[in-house]
Amino acid sequence: MLDGTNATVCERTALRINPAKTCQPIGAMYAALGIHGCMPHSHGSQGCCAYHRSHLTRHFKEPVVATTSSFTEGASVFGGLSNMTTALSNIFSIYDPEVVAVHTTCLSEVIGDDLPMMIKKNIAEGKIPEGKHVIHANTPSFVGSHVTGFSTMVKNTIKYLSGKTGETSDSVNILPGYVDPSDMRELKRIAAELGVKITMLPDTSDVLDQPQTGVYEMYPKGGTKVSEIQAMGDAIATLACGDFASKEAAEELEKKCIVPFSLIDLPIGLKGTDTFIDTLRRMAAVPVPASITLERGRLLDLISDMSQYFHGKKVAIFGDPDHVVGVTQLLVEIGMIPTVVITGTPGKRFERKIAEIVSKVSPDAHIEANADIYKLHQIIKNRKVDLLMGNTYGKHVARAEGNLPFVRFGFPIMDRTGHRLFPLVGYRGAMYYLDKILDQLFDKADREVPEELFELIQ
Amino acid sequence: MRKIAIYGKGGIGKSTTTQNTVAALAEMGKKVMVVGCDPKADSTRLLLGGLAQKSVLETLREEGEDVELEDIRHCGYGETLCVESGGPEPGVGCAGRGIITSINMLEQLGAYDESVGLDYVFYDVLGDVVCGGFAMPIRDGKAQEIYIVCSGEMMAMYAANNIAKGILKFAQNGPVRLGGLICNSRKCDNEAEMIEEFAKRLGTQMIHFVPRDNDVQRAEINRKTVIDWNPEVAQANEYRSLARKIDGNKNLVIPTPLQISELESLLMEFGLFAA
Repeated sequence: MLDGTNATVCERTALRINPAKTCQPIGAMYAALGIHGCMPHSHGSQGCCAYHRSHLTRHFKEPVVATTSSFTEGASVFGGLSNMTTALSNIFSIYDPEVVAVHTTCLSEVIGDDLPMMIKKNIAEGKIPEGKHVIHANTPSFVGSHVTGFSTMVKNTIKYLSGKTGETSDSVNILPGYVDPSDMRELKRIAAELGVKITMLPDTSDVLDQPQTGVYEMYPKGGTKVSEIQAMGDAIATLACGDFASKEAAEELEKKCIVPFSLIDLPIGLKGTDTFIDTLRRMAAVPVPASITLERGRLLDLISDMSQYFHGKKVAIFGDPDHVVGVTQLLVEIGMIPTVVITGTPGKRFERKIAEIVSKVSPDAHIEANADIYKLHQIIKNRKVDLLMGNTYGKHVARAEGNLPFVRFGFPIMDRTGHRLFPLVGYRGAMYYLDKILDQLFDKADREVPEELFELIQ
Repeated sequence: MRKIAIYGKGGIGKSTTTQNTVAALAEMGKKVMVVGCDPKADSTRLLLGGLAQKSVLETLREEGEDVELEDIRHCGYGETLCVESGGPEPGVGCAGRGIITSINMLEQLGAYDESVGLDYVFYDVLGDVVCGGFAMPIRDGKAQEIYIVCSGEMMAMYAANNIAKGILKFAQNGPVRLGGLICNSRKCDNEAEMIEEFAKRLGTQMIHFVPRDNDVQRAEINRKTVIDWNPEVAQANEYRSLARKIDGNKNLVIPTPLQISELESLLMEFGLFAA
């Protein structure tokens, strides 16, 4: 399918082939689903909303409900206020959410719809039922990526809803970043092991990883409750995971409610998880329980058992910046050599960060932000790698390169299902992914080696 | 920090009036930033002495999203900070979106931060509030004070009335208010009286009557504001007086735009009868 990829790299300034990113509203919609009882609302024409919902469903294998302002030619010319007003009245009367989280689309951005004004007007005219909330995020897809949309929605959730209740609290806010429900569940488990009370925003566990009960619920029990968000200003501190997805929200909360924050990388791998646990225990002034130390020990043991197979293997990695930073760190920890590292999201700080992580093992690595999968493929053709890691879109590259071992991580994964249940973060996440990486390497060898090298025991 | 937007019919002298007033404010020791919101990017020419500066959008197009504040903000007369939003060539693209993009970018880059120590931000906006983009400077949290430049000519008043309609819309749900009309004289009959009356009916004031004076043109040819070119001339005092009035202005209102028939009768009353 990608046999036409040319190994000669030419400079491209405008054209993107197989982009390694998607629309801002997808991230905004995902973040909104992590608020309890929240209806994401797409302010634009219907196609955007349909695409964003289906893209999320393909990844999470769960129904994703969202509403739209259903722009027509008229709304595009006269502005979307009347559509928004009708939409809000319909949403509250038919679906009765606690919160409506509005995000814009390219169309409403270009015509310059003023969302804060529209929301205020609807409140002033009594169109928003008492005790209900409407929040918004500007998400033009011609800027940044889905990660930007996620970041802005989390930031604006804090801007609109957070506050101080006046009661002192021993709670810590955790901003988990653009990670899967399984990851959020794992971070909550670690916090519980440590005995730290937390508020996680957003929290899509128990929203997008529903058990099969036979009963459909439009608003599942998960998600950060409005009352919890309103109390985030009382917390001791905020632990923000991921520069690209969580930094702005943490800064907003610091500005609004004077809650200090620590910004760390996504807790992926040994060092990443160590930093998460260490920061959390310092914030809450608690000791690390033996159970965590043992878990860490098991990961360390696994790494030492496996390192003979991982050592020196070259890897190409692509995906969202925070994820790629974490995974690159994990790969360095297990002795692999990140050779090609790209993200589709713009941001020079990604390149600086990766360069720092790989400086000792792979100083000549190809590192690029705002790149695409075509470029990744071209570089792979020039610099042979043993493993590819990325989202679903990497499968075409893996196939074109002689069934290159390929491990999926991040967003979106549309052709596998395990990511719903098994985390990437934490010591457990690292164990799970190390196992997957080794399986991929050995499976390929077992399929392809000459019979005399076909080993029963490795 | 006071954020002020200047609107008015095309060609009425918004940029000239803004820059001359800003020069007077700078002379008073105020720290001012001027944000030109016109695709022609000529809102800061007099303050910068003709120096053609790269617009925000040009920089964005050429250098991608990693733009630094120093790339787009330049220091002009009296330590004023000058930014040109810029925009597409005539007939292509979307100038309104350009304004949204550049104002967002300035905010992101911290151009309005307290540490900059600004007393005033002036948005010099092209023509009418024709679409959502051109209303960006008066959205909630942006400019809270609008001055409309007009003259005694029918179309200038018509445009001013339309702008007042735009302000009314935003004022209903936000803090934006009309600060007054600046009459940039075209030597029409009864001009000052008519604009005074027009302002009164809009619920506001004529904050200053700027007489027509060729010294403005002379200064412009020299790529300077009047105060910069020759601080002694009478016209310099006119701009000083306008700047002082704006500095002390507390008369901020939600405008009451006129029906078109009312506007016409106003013209009949003042403009024609005198002739």
